[in-house]
Amino acid sequence: MPKDTGIGASTVRREDVRFLTGTGEYTDDIVLAKQTYAVFARSTVAHGTIKSIDTSAAEAMPGVLAVFTGEDFVEVGGNPAGWLINSRDGEPMKEPKRPVLAHGKVRHVGDAYAAVIAETIEQARDAVEAIEADIDELPAVVDMNDALSGSNFVHDEIETNQCFDWGWIEDNREATDNAIKNAHHVTTLELVNNRLVPNAMEPRASIGSYKASTGEYTLHTTSQNPHLTRLLISAFVLGIPENMLTVIAPDVGGGFGSKIYHYGEEALVLAAAKKLGRPVKWTADRTESFLTDAHGRDHVTKIELALDAEGNFLAFRTDTKANVGAYLSNFSTATPTFLHGTLMAGNYTVPLVYVNVKAVFTNTAPVDAYRGAGRPEATYSLERVIDKAARELGMDPIELRRKNFIKPDQYPYASAAGLEYDAGNYDALMDKMEEVADVAGFEARRQASEAKGLLRGFGVNAYIEACGIAPSNLVGVLGSRVGLYDAATVRVNATGNLSVMVGAHSHGQGHETAFPQVVAEMLGIDPAVIDIVHGDTSKIPFGMGTYGSRSLAVCGSAVVRATEKIINKAKKIAGHMLEASEHDITLSDGVFSVDGTDKSVTFGEVALKAYIPHEYPLEDIEPGLEETAFYDPANFTYPSGAYACEVEVDPDTGKVRVDRMTAVDDFGNVINPMIVTGQVHGGLAQGIGQALVENTSYDENGQLLSASYMDYTMPRADDMPMFAVDHSQGTLCTHNPLGVKGCGEAGAIGSPPTVVNAVIDALQSGGRNVTHIDMPVTPARVWDAMQNAK
Amino acid sequence: MTKVTMTVNGKAVSGDVEGRTLLSSFLREDQGLTGTHVGCDTSQCGACVVHVDGAAVKACTMLAAEADGAEVNTIEGQANADGSLNVIQQAFQDHHGLQCGFCTPGMVMSAAALLKDNPKPSEQEVRDYLEGNICRCTGYHNIVKAIMAASGQDVPAMAAE
Amino acid sequence: MYNFDVEKPGTIAEAAAAMGADEAQALGGGQTLIPTLKQRLASPSTLVSLRGVAEMQGITRDGDSLRIGGATTHAAVAADGSYPALSALAAHIGDPAVRNRGTIGGSLANNDPAACYPAAALASGATIVTNTREIAADDYFQGMFETALDEGEIITAVRFPIPQAAHYEKFVQPASRFALVGVFVAKFADGVRVAVTGASNEGVHRWAEAEAALSADFSAGAIDGLSVSADNLIADLHGSAAYRAHLVKVMTGRAVSAAS
Repeated sequence: MPKDTGIGASTVRREDVRFLTGTGEYTDDIVLAKQTYAVFARSTVAHGTIKSIDTSAAEAMPGVLAVFTGEDFVEVGGNPAGWLINSRDGEPMKEPKRPVLAHGKVRHVGDAYAAVIAETIEQARDAVEAIEADIDELPAVVDMNDALSGSNFVHDEIETNQCFDWGWIEDNREATDNAIKNAHHVTTLELVNNRLVPNAMEPRASIGSYKASTGEYTLHTTSQNPHLTRLLISAFVLGIPENMLTVIAPDVGGGFGSKIYHYGEEALVLAAAKKLGRPVKWTADRTESFLTDAHGRDHVTKIELALDAEGNFLAFRTDTKANVGAYLSNFSTATPTFLHGTLMAGNYTVPLVYVNVKAVFTNTAPVDAYRGAGRPEATYSLERVIDKAARELGMDPIELRRKNFIKPDQYPYASAAGLEYDAGNYDALMDKMEEVADVAGFEARRQASEAKGLLRGFGVNAYIEACGIAPSNLVGVLGSRVGLYDAATVRVNATGNLSVMVGAHSHGQGHETAFPQVVAEMLGIDPAVIDIVHGDTSKIPFGMGTYGSRSLAVCGSAVVRATEKIINKAKKIAGHMLEASEHDITLSDGVFSVDGTDKSVTFGEVALKAYIPHEYPLEDIEPGLEETAFYDPANFTYPSGAYACEVEVDPDTGKVRVDRMTAVDDFGNVINPMIVTGQVHGGLAQGIGQALVENTSYDENGQLLSASYMDYTMPRADDMPMFAVDHSQGTLCTHNPLGVKGCGEAGAIGSPPTVVNAVIDALQSGGRNVTHIDMPVTPARVWDAMQNAK
Repeated sequence: MTKVTMTVNGKAVSGDVEGRTLLSSFLREDQGLTGTHVGCDTSQCGACVVHVDGAAVKACTMLAAEADGAEVNTIEGQANADGSLNVIQQAFQDHHGLQCGFCTPGMVMSAAALLKDNPKPSEQEVRDYLEGNICRCTGYHNIVKAIMAASGQDVPAMAAE
Repeated sequence: MYNFDVEKPGTIAEAAAAMGADEAQALGGGQTLIPTLKQRLASPSTLVSLRGVAEMQGITRDGDSLRIGGATTHAAVAADGSYPALSALAAHIGDPAVRNRGTIGGSLANNDPAACYPAAALASGATIVTNTREIAADDYFQGMFETALDEGEIITAVRFPIPQAAHYEKFVQPASRFALVGVFVAKFADGVRVAVTGASNEGVHRWAEAEAALSADFSAGAIDGLSVSADNLIADLHGSAAYRAHLVKVMTGRAVSAAS
C-alpha cells in the first residue's frame, strides 16, 4: 500500500493552494513603495561598434529619473564564468569581460547598451526610443565554422573566436584513434544538437532596492539560486559586501537552467536603486526573454563508434563544436565539457572514449546549461550512433545495447570517460521498458498504422546521467571556481513545530512538500508541522541552489544531516529529562523512550524543554534546538533509464505524431512518487519538443528569426501523448543518506534520441532509406529527407 | 484617462485608465489581482486568461476600456465561498496538474470555460481546447488528467503509474 | 504601446465618423492589432472599437446565402453551423480565447497571408460589405496585407454564398497555429473554386488549374496530374517553397475528399 505521509508517499503539494488561487507571489507581483521602472535599450544589430550614445534627449523626457550606459559600469567587475577550462595544450580558456551594459561593442541582438529609469514603464519605453545611439554595424559572426576560420572577432582583444579546445580524456586520444583505425566496423554520424530557448513561462524580473540609512541592498529576482547570485554580485560584479546584500527569489515560474545565472539586469537595478534611493523594477517581456535568456544546447558533432565483429563497442570518438554565444554565461564552459564529455561512455563497457570540444564565440545570445546540460548532448550523440550501428550491422537495437551494458556485478564501475558509477541495473530497466511499452505488440500497431496510410516506427534509448552536482574537491580539480555542496538548518521551535531552511530553491519541484516528508519520517512527526523556508539569503544559511537534479541528493542530504544532529541533541535532552543515558534513548514515532522501560517523552516536550531550560544541564547542553549542516557529496549520482517511443509519420506531409512514450528510470529511492512522475512528464515534453518542434534560428546577420511564440514552437497539449512512466527498478545511490539520485532532467535527456530513432525506424520500415534527420524533425525536414532518399 | 467600471469577481470596481491600458494591467496593477499572469506579448501563452461576460479571453490582448461595464472573473474568484478549492482547482492539486504555478491561473480559467460548454470532454477535446495555454513544466499529462477528473470522468488509465 | 484614445461607437455611422479622425484605426477583436501595438509597430491616435456596433453583429441566413456581421467573433461563426465548412474553419482559428475576441471583419481587413478566413472568402466567392460599398472577394484581396479597402473604410458584413460542398484543410504552422498551407475548396453548381492561404508571397490566391480539373471531376484523383510551382511561394524556417508547393496539392486533395 502506498504510504500517506513520509518517504515514499504521493503527498499532494501544499504549495499548490496559493498557485491555484492566484495568491502566489512572483517577482513581478511585488510592488515596493515608490518603485520606479527600468527599460533597457537593446542592440538591434548582432555586432557593432558603439561610437557614441547621446542620452540627453531621453533624460529630458517626462518621468525620466536616470539613464545609464556602459560608461557607468567601466569601473565595476564583469560577470564571470564559474568554471575554468584549459585547452589541450594547457592554455587557459579565453575569458573576455562580460559587462553590466555593453561598452565599446554590442555583440548580439538584444545586448543591452543603456537603461532608462522612469516613474512609469511607458515613460521609460518612450525615453529608450529617444536615446541616440550611433552604432556602426559590423559583419556578424554566426556560423561556428566561419567563426573559427575567420578574422572577424566577437571579442577583438582575444584575437580569436575559440574559447578553448578541450580534450577528454587526452591520454586516451591515440589509443582511441588506433581503435577506430583498426576496428571491424566504424559507424559515423554527423549531427546537430539544436539550440533551444528555455522558455520558463515566467519571464525574468528583478527589483533592486537600497536603504541609505544602513547601506543595505535587497534584490528580488527570478533566481534558481539566490546565494549564488549574491556571491556573483558581491564578489565579482558590484562589490557589495555579502552582509549588505539580501537576495530574495520568491515564487519563481520555472527556470530549467535559465535562471541559474546572474544577468546584468540584476546589477543594473541594484546600482540604479542606490543612485535614486528608490526601488527599481525590471520585468522582461517575452521578446527580451528570447533575445537575452541564456539559450541551451547548440552543438555540432561528429561521432564515431568502433565495433568488433560481434558488436562489442571498442571506442567512441567525438568531435564537437559548442556555441557559447557572445559572452560566457556562468556555467557555459562546464556544460559542453565536464557535464558532457564525462558521460560519453554511456551505460556501456566501452574501453576507450575520446572527446574533443571546441567552444566558439558567436554574435548570438549566450548559451548555457538548459535542462540536462551536457548530458542530453552526450546521450543524443551516443544513442543515435548506436542506433545507426545496429542498422548497419543488422542487429536488434535493444540487443546491441544489452550486449554492451555494464552489468550489475560490475559496480563500482570506472567508466572510460572518467566517472565512477556507483550503482545501476540497465538490463532490468530495459526489461521493464519492454514490458511497459508493450514491445511485443508493436508489429500489430505498425500494421494498424499502415492500414491508415501512416508509417509507424519504434525507437529505443538507454541513458545515464550525472546528477547531484557535485563533490567540491573533484570539481575544484576540474576547474570549478565554486564548491557545490549545499546547506540546511533545521529549527525546532519551542512549541514543537519546525522551520527548515534549505539552500535549494523550489520553482516547480515541490520542495515545500517533499522535504517535510523526509524530516517527518526521521522524526516520526506530522509533516504538516514542518515548514520549508527557501529563496531568501537573509533567512537561510547558505545554498548553491537548484539545478543539475541536485536538490534532494545534495540539499536533501544536508537536511538529513541537520535532522540527525537535532535527533542527537534531542536524545541528550530526553536523556536528561528521563534520567537516562542518551545512548539508551530510542526515537520512534515522535516519542523518545528509554530502552527496556516504559519511560518516555514526546518530541514536543523535548522541544519545549530546549527553549525553557528549567532544571536543564546547561553545563553539558546548550539551550535551543537548531542545527545546521553543510553536505558535500562524495560522488555524482547516476540516474539511468530505458526509454521507448512510437511515432506515426504521415508520408504525404512529413508530419510526425508521438503516439506512445515510455520512460523507465532508475532514480534510486523515491521520496514522493507523484512529484517525481511529474518531473519526468515535464522533461519528456521538453525532450519531445527538442526532437520535433523547437527551433532557434538565427539568420546570417545574427537576427533571431524565432524570437516569439509566433515562430518558436512551444510543445502544446495537442502535441503530446499520455506518458507511461515507471520508476520501480531503482537501485539505491550508495553514497548519500537517502539513496536518491535526482529526477529533474532525465526526461529531457532520454527522450530526444528515442523520438528521432523512432522517426528513422518509421521511415526505414516504410521503405525510405533515411539514416538521419537533424532536430527538430519538422514535417518539412522529414519531407525533404524523403525526397532526397528517393 | 477615462473612467471604467466593471464587476470583478462579483465586486463593482472602477478606475481611471489610459486608452492603451490592457485589461491584464488594470487587474494586476490597479486592482492588485496579480494572479492573472503575463507570459508573452503575442497572445499565445494563455497565462492571462480570464472570463469576460462568461467567455474566456486573454486579458493581455484586450483593452481595459473595452471591458467597461463587463463582468470579469479571475483566478482569485474561483474558490468556493468558504475559501476551499473549487472542483477544478482541487482536481489540479489532486492530480499534480501544476508545478511552478505560473501558467496555472490561465489553465484553471480555460478549464472552467471548457467544462461550462462541454461538461464531459474527451481527452482529445481537452488537449484541443488547451491550444492557447502553454505550460513548460508538466508536459500537460497531469493537466489533462485533472480536467478529466474535474469533469467527473475516469481519468485515462496510465500504464505503470 | 504608444497611447491612443478609444472610441466605442454604437452605430456604423458613428464608427465611420470616428474613423475620420487623423490616424484613426479600426479595432475588431484586437488579437493581431494589440500585439502589434505592443511592439510599437503602429501609432494610431484613436482606436475605433467596432464590437459595440449592433448592426455589425450576428449571422443571418437568407436562402443559400449567409450574412455575417463584420464584428462577429470566430466563436460565433464556429457555433453557427449553417455553412459547416466555414464554421469548422472558424473553430480552428487561433485558440478558444482568441476565437472569443477575434472577428471576421478584423481578419479580412488585416489579410494576413497565413490567415484562414481569406481562403474561405475567396473560395466561396464572398462579398465584402463595407460602410460605403460591396466588394467581390476576387477584387478584394490584393496581396499580402493588402486589400481594396480605402482609408477609414469599415467591413460591416460579409456575404457568403453557401456551396453544395466545401471543406477547408489546414496544415498548421506549428508555432503560430496560422496556416503553413491552407486550402479551401468550394463546389458550386457552376463550378469549383479553390483558394490557397499561407503559401504565397502574394497572399491568398485561387488555384485555377485545380478549379478546372475539379469542376470536371470533383474527386481527389482529379488533381493527380497537376503540379504546383514553387515560384513566389513563401520560404521560411517552417518550410521551403517546394514543401509549401507540395502541401498545396496534398491539402487540396484532402479538402476535396473531406468536402461535404
